[in-house]
Amino acid sequence: MSTVFIALQANEETRPIIDAIELDNPRAVVHRQPAMVKIDAPDELVIRKQTIEEQLGRAFDLQELQINLITLSGNVDEDDETLTLRWNS
Amino acid sequence: MDMKVEKKKLNLKDKYKLLTRDLGWEPSYRSKDEIYPYVKYEGLKVHDWDKWEDPFRLTMDAYWKYQAEKERKFYAIIDAHTQNNGHLNITDARYLTALKIFLQAISPGEYAAHKGFARAGREFAGVGTQVACQMQAIDELRHAQTQIHAMSNYNRYYNGFHAFADARDRIWYTSVARSFFDDSMSAGPFEFMIAIGFSFEYVLTNLLFVPFMSGAAYNGDMATVTFGFSAQSDEARHMTLGLECIKFMLEQDPDNLPIVQAWIDKWFWRGFRVLGLVSTMMDYMLPKRVMSWREAWEIYGVENGGALFRDLARYGIRPPKGWDDAEKAIDHMSHQLMLGLYQWSFGTAFHSWIPSDEDMDWLSAKYPATFDKHYRPRWNHIKKLAAAGTPYKNFGLAKLCQCCQLPIVFTEPDDPTMLCNRETTYKGEKYHFCSDGCQDVFEHEPEKYIQAWLPMPALFQDQQGDIGAWMDWVSLKDGTDNGDYAGSEDQRNFQQWRGLATSNQ
Amino acid sequence: MPVTAIREYVGVPRDPAANFHGKQLVYVSWDRHLLFAAPFLICLPPETPFRELVEGPLKALMSPDPDAAAVDWSRVEWLKSNQPWTPDFDASLAANGIGHKDQLRLRTPGPNSLSPAA
Repeated sequence: MSTVFIALQANEETRPIIDAIELDNPRAVVHRQPAMVKIDAPDELVIRKQTIEEQLGRAFDLQELQINLITLSGNVDEDDETLTLRWNS
Repeated sequence: MDMKVEKKKLNLKDKYKLLTRDLGWEPSYRSKDEIYPYVKYEGLKVHDWDKWEDPFRLTMDAYWKYQAEKERKFYAIIDAHTQNNGHLNITDARYLTALKIFLQAISPGEYAAHKGFARAGREFAGVGTQVACQMQAIDELRHAQTQIHAMSNYNRYYNGFHAFADARDRIWYTSVARSFFDDSMSAGPFEFMIAIGFSFEYVLTNLLFVPFMSGAAYNGDMATVTFGFSAQSDEARHMTLGLECIKFMLEQDPDNLPIVQAWIDKWFWRGFRVLGLVSTMMDYMLPKRVMSWREAWEIYGVENGGALFRDLARYGIRPPKGWDDAEKAIDHMSHQLMLGLYQWSFGTAFHSWIPSDEDMDWLSAKYPATFDKHYRPRWNHIKKLAAAGTPYKNFGLAKLCQCCQLPIVFTEPDDPTMLCNRETTYKGEKYHFCSDGCQDVFEHEPEKYIQAWLPMPALFQDQQGDIGAWMDWVSLKDGTDNGDYAGSEDQRNFQQWRGLATSNQ
Repeated sequence: MPVTAIREYVGVPRDPAANFHGKQLVYVSWDRHLLFAAPFLICLPPETPFRELVEGPLKALMSPDPDAAAVDWSRVEWLKSNQPWTPDFDASLAANGIGHKDQLRLRTPGPNSLSPAA
């Protein structure tokens, strides 16, 4: 098992995004640190546009994540609907 | 009646295709070798440049939109910080030492990376690569500018910030970071990508930025949190580019594996040495500490680096050659380097200090196997010398490593009581190294490293050993910028201004 | 190839002896005495007698160590370029075969107050 992670700035914009990530990834562990939130998950983490939009109550372009992204780990694949982080091991 | 029809939007993959790869063309009257003269000499074989794709599929139009938003957020906070005397909200002016090192050594590295990516974007033959490098070149320039801008507010009140550009070019400890970037920029475009895109951005940048920015948040430095996170939001893209780049090289041709592995070995070790400065910051320089260097290494080195190299094992890549030596150094390096920074603090454009008993107890808890045994006795002796009115200054200067340019402060991997002495003779000249890792780098390309400008020998060539003349040359104000924090002007001013801000006296 | 380059490439060393105004560099360190963070860099003319190197800069630089005064210089073991070696205190650096940028190490059998007990 390898851990993938994503870290986002802790602010009002990311609060619903983090909630959405937790909903979509039951195995994810959320660490709240000063000014940032780091989310770890075993092997894979999936971020879905639809879930974020439900939490946010407005349309959301996944590329908006770029603004509040701090760091991530794992192979990235992004299309219109999902952003996936994955280790192949 | 007109119906308002929503404009049909291209999906991400089609948009990426149209706005990157389709911008390229086949040359008709010049050969590709003439247009891209530097893509072959490193020995890398590339058969299909179109296999290089940015997994974020970021196109220039979206790039400008999101970067503009990041800038707006950044300047809103910088303005607030300036207007509200944000410099008085930090825990303690000792914290500024970390910022001074950052400004003198790391921000110029951002600028160097900007130049390197602008060049790599021109030299690579594939459009996806060119666009990604162009974005990263602009990012790196933005990082240098926002960092300098954010820290200029501290320069209005505190010493040691005023001549960062001279420090970058001339002072001794900055040459560690500078030589790292100069080495990468004077390599070919593929090696540059491994050096900066993969080794620095992917393997090591988390160890630099994440603890640094959390450290800033812990220590009440809003300006740094802001430039840090603003820059870091780009780093996720850079890391991804670095990882994609290495996979691309390995997938293009099996002959690329040994070349790529050798670069990983080299650049992991070079990056690890640069992080020596970061280890001192985490363990010694933050008045309120986030986590120890050891703890950060566990998360971002062992766990994350481990995951990465397990993933790359499918291509035949193994962990970097210096990995085990790095692990052995983790519990020693910050202490060894900090003892050096303290005893040479007459030559640093930042303050250092003897750790308090409370600091030493923290270090002992974080480094139970090493601190009390090896390092507390040395600090206690230094404390005794200071109490006797003879504070320890080591005017013996130091032997520097020909490769990483750090003073040779590190011990043998398996014997923390013996300095690591490595040397070789090349064309009749003697060269010294701090480690097997640095000696290996030299032996592989000696003609490159014999040219290294080593600041301490240079002091005897150019200023004939006159430290006062050297201080003038590096724009270091003796008695103001350097030396112990205790009794410094920074300490006096911070205490006085904070007093004014919290009382009516 | 001693450097990866598009054509033959020869570097110019930065620190040859000729650049040091008639002097040379000598690096000296005291084994297992790590109050001193790194080997000392000492710059002096090759004609300097070895005794002067020891009595002058070296003793001064070593003095902050609590064991410095107790060193019995007649019993010091020396290494040059990591090999055992015996200096002639009355001969010059050059006559002792100490070249530019050579590293000398000394080992003392006496106490080591700041080092953990073996």
